[in-house]
Amino acid sequence: MNRRILHALLVLLAGLTFAASALAESVQVAVAANFTAPFKAIAAEFEKDTGHRLVAAFGATGQLYAQINHGAPFEVFFSADQSTPAKLESAGLSVPGSRFTYAIGGLVLWSAQEGYVDDQGEVLKQNQFQHLALANPQAAPYGLAATQVLNKLELREALQSKLVEGQSITQALQFVSTGNAELGFVARSQVYKNGRITSGSAWEVPDELYEPIKQDALILKKGEHNRAANALITYLHGPKTAAILTAYGYTLPQ
Amino acid sequence: MPLTKADFDAILLTLELASLTTVLLLLIGTPIAWWLAQTGSWLRKPIGAIVALPLVLPPTVIGFYLLVLMGPHGAVGQLTQSLGLGTLTFTFTGLVIGSVFYSLPFVVQPLQNAFEAIGRAPLEAAATLRATPWDAFFTVVVPLAKPGFITASILGFAHTVGEFGVVLMIGGNIPGRTQVASVQIFNHVETMQYAEAHWLAGGMLLFSFVILLALYSSRRIQQGWS
Amino acid sequence: MIRRLSPSKPPVASPTRPPASPLASQNDALIHARFKHEHPGFSLDVDLRLPGRGISALFGHSGSGKTSCLRCLAGLDRAPDGYLQVNGELWQDSANGYFLPAHQRAIGYVFQDANLFAHLSVRRNLEFGLKRIATAERRIALDQAVELLGIGHLFARLPATLSGGERQRVAIARALLTSPTLLLMDEPLASLDLKRKLEVLPYLERLHAELDIPIIYVSHSPDEVARLADHLVLLEDGRATASGPLKETLLRADLPFVLEDDAEAVVDGRVTDYDPTYRLLSIQLSGSDAVLRLTHTPLAAGKPVRVKVKARDVSLSLEKACASSVLNLLAATVEHWTLLDNQAQTLIHLRIGEERLLARITRYSFDTLNIHAGQALWVQVKSVSLLASD
Repeated sequence: MNRRILHALLVLLAGLTFAASALAESVQVAVAANFTAPFKAIAAEFEKDTGHRLVAAFGATGQLYAQINHGAPFEVFFSADQSTPAKLESAGLSVPGSRFTYAIGGLVLWSAQEGYVDDQGEVLKQNQFQHLALANPQAAPYGLAATQVLNKLELREALQSKLVEGQSITQALQFVSTGNAELGFVARSQVYKNGRITSGSAWEVPDELYEPIKQDALILKKGEHNRAANALITYLHGPKTAAILTAYGYTLPQ
Repeated sequence: MPLTKADFDAILLTLELASLTTVLLLLIGTPIAWWLAQTGSWLRKPIGAIVALPLVLPPTVIGFYLLVLMGPHGAVGQLTQSLGLGTLTFTFTGLVIGSVFYSLPFVVQPLQNAFEAIGRAPLEAAATLRATPWDAFFTVVVPLAKPGFITASILGFAHTVGEFGVVLMIGGNIPGRTQVASVQIFNHVETMQYAEAHWLAGGMLLFSFVILLALYSSRRIQQGWS
Repeated sequence: MIRRLSPSKPPVASPTRPPASPLASQNDALIHARFKHEHPGFSLDVDLRLPGRGISALFGHSGSGKTSCLRCLAGLDRAPDGYLQVNGELWQDSANGYFLPAHQRAIGYVFQDANLFAHLSVRRNLEFGLKRIATAERRIALDQAVELLGIGHLFARLPATLSGGERQRVAIARALLTSPTLLLMDEPLASLDLKRKLEVLPYLERLHAELDIPIIYVSHSPDEVARLADHLVLLEDGRATASGPLKETLLRADLPFVLEDDAEAVVDGRVTDYDPTYRLLSIQLSGSDAVLRLTHTPLAAGKPVRVKVKARDVSLSLEKACASSVLNLLAATVEHWTLLDNQAQTLIHLRIGEERLLARITRYSFDTLNIHAGQALWVQVKSVSLLASD
């Protein structure tokens, strides 16, 4: 008698699971490091609203590119720049026409210490610090933007010996937040929440000092027929995403 | 060969780091290994476990704690700052300290095994022949433990050459100071310079293989001695 | 006769030792050792006064504490409660917190398994201790020790290439070269086979004869002890159950050692005759006309020898037996007797001239023959073994 009840329950469970999976799918997403916090917020809302599941891997843009190039099973890629997705597109690794700019990033000069960085960025010229952190310019767009700023301000040579490079924008932040670098160039989204800097002191670097950091996303070949992947892209154009992006200090693409 | 100056600098830096670390570890590790081999104290097990930690901890954990400790808010950082030395992160000295921790068990354990294999008998013989403990250590223990010293040096050196996670955390990728070969390979991969990455990585692979071959060959020779 | 192929000359057979000097009344020629040492499962508790000259043997079964005692004498182990004075020098006095570490004691130590330094040649091994004492203190020179132990031809060899006997001889020479005031030997022959034992024993006897260094010799072999020792200490379960001159101690009836199967007497005498036809050696016992005969290779007349007679090889008779296969028939007097633990056998102490023998007979025979002290009777000795070198 017990055997039969157990049997029936198992069948029911299997059926439900199957049904559930028929309704909801999961998406493997590769996300550039600087977009970590906002992406998690978006993912939470997305999963609640649609029932689909997001499985995300975070890392430096260059590292993720290398992995995708060598067959990593990602279905959607959120880059920190435009050139990397462009490369994937021309290599035929993505769904044509799926590439779009999902956010425009902002660069800030930030210190974990309150009052260390003035709101004009004069602290750079004063050059009283030991270490200035930034992301590796060759591997991360925010690092590239940082060097553009230094070049524009003609401070590159003077500060060269004090530069310390993090492998990613995340590591650059780590150097600054542990105090090992007194200040550093990080993404606005890393130190922003609810529309303001959460701690320390910062200088919002004016747009004219660096190329706009347009961040593109696209669907990779592996995700071509994944309904959840498409649903995600749609969601990213929606109002909830827009609110989150703004709260984290991104500028919305036009 | 598409190796740049930066690559050669990285290799040189790696060799410098590995050599200095090995020498330091032999100086520090020998008394530790000796104590562990000889003592009957209850502290033996806990200290042995602490020494063995770097064997099981991810290097990034070691690197992270070093980052925090050596920074201006950490115990070590505050000490170095009070001594007028600034902080040790992003410096070669900082890397040396990190490497010493990271490769500690690779030097201490072979030495400890060698000392334990010697046992107490030769030391007692030396004592009955009027040798003071220091005398006995240098004239009896060290020569008998020579294979252990060789193994410890080679392992310590090779392990430091391969160090990556710790350097990544506290190095800052500064050419000539903290940009070691392993990090440089990573840089090449990150920036899609695969040819350079292949050359540098291939070179390190060959180097490691030769070292290990030398180690195993020397062991065979030493075994014929006893 | 022995033909030796080794380039070193074997030592000549040792003379019977001069009797060990009686325990000195002054502290000078005396070793006073008192140790209390707890080990897991075993405890050492001894208070010994040993002569400061000659060979004192520590005898007992394994686990009886002999090695533990020796190590305390050397300073390799530190007994928490200990006192040690060696020929006037104080080496340990735990009551005053004094302890002289091993490397500061003028001792030589021969380990059971030689314990030579594997990474050094024989020559370097020998020089190890020699180098570490001041020139003024070197009373034994390198060639002297080498000649004494016959190891000159081994100089360049590594210990791993030596035989067990050679290793022990090197170990003994090495210990001697520190010109010790006390030589400690821990069962130096235990790890050798019979052939090697017989090879090394004469060197030990020679040591004793030619050097004036007191030796403490640990052994569990009654034969070695009987052959080498002047003074005997019996150890059992970490305690000394007897301590005294050799022959007396061997005969003490109340000792478990004596009451075992191996109970034996040691007897001194001189070679008087040799019959080549029957290969019979005649030995006259000290202090009487009594003669023991045994088959043996020839020995020079007049040569002093020591023989061992096991109690179980001795039987008694009230009348002189005739036409018996037993070679040795001696007149003896009963001194005293003991009943053995099994209640079925007795041990009889007999005197012949200056020497003493033990006989083990059943209680039944004891009663039947009406054995009593002072009784004169005949002793039949079935088997005699010679302890001197061949």
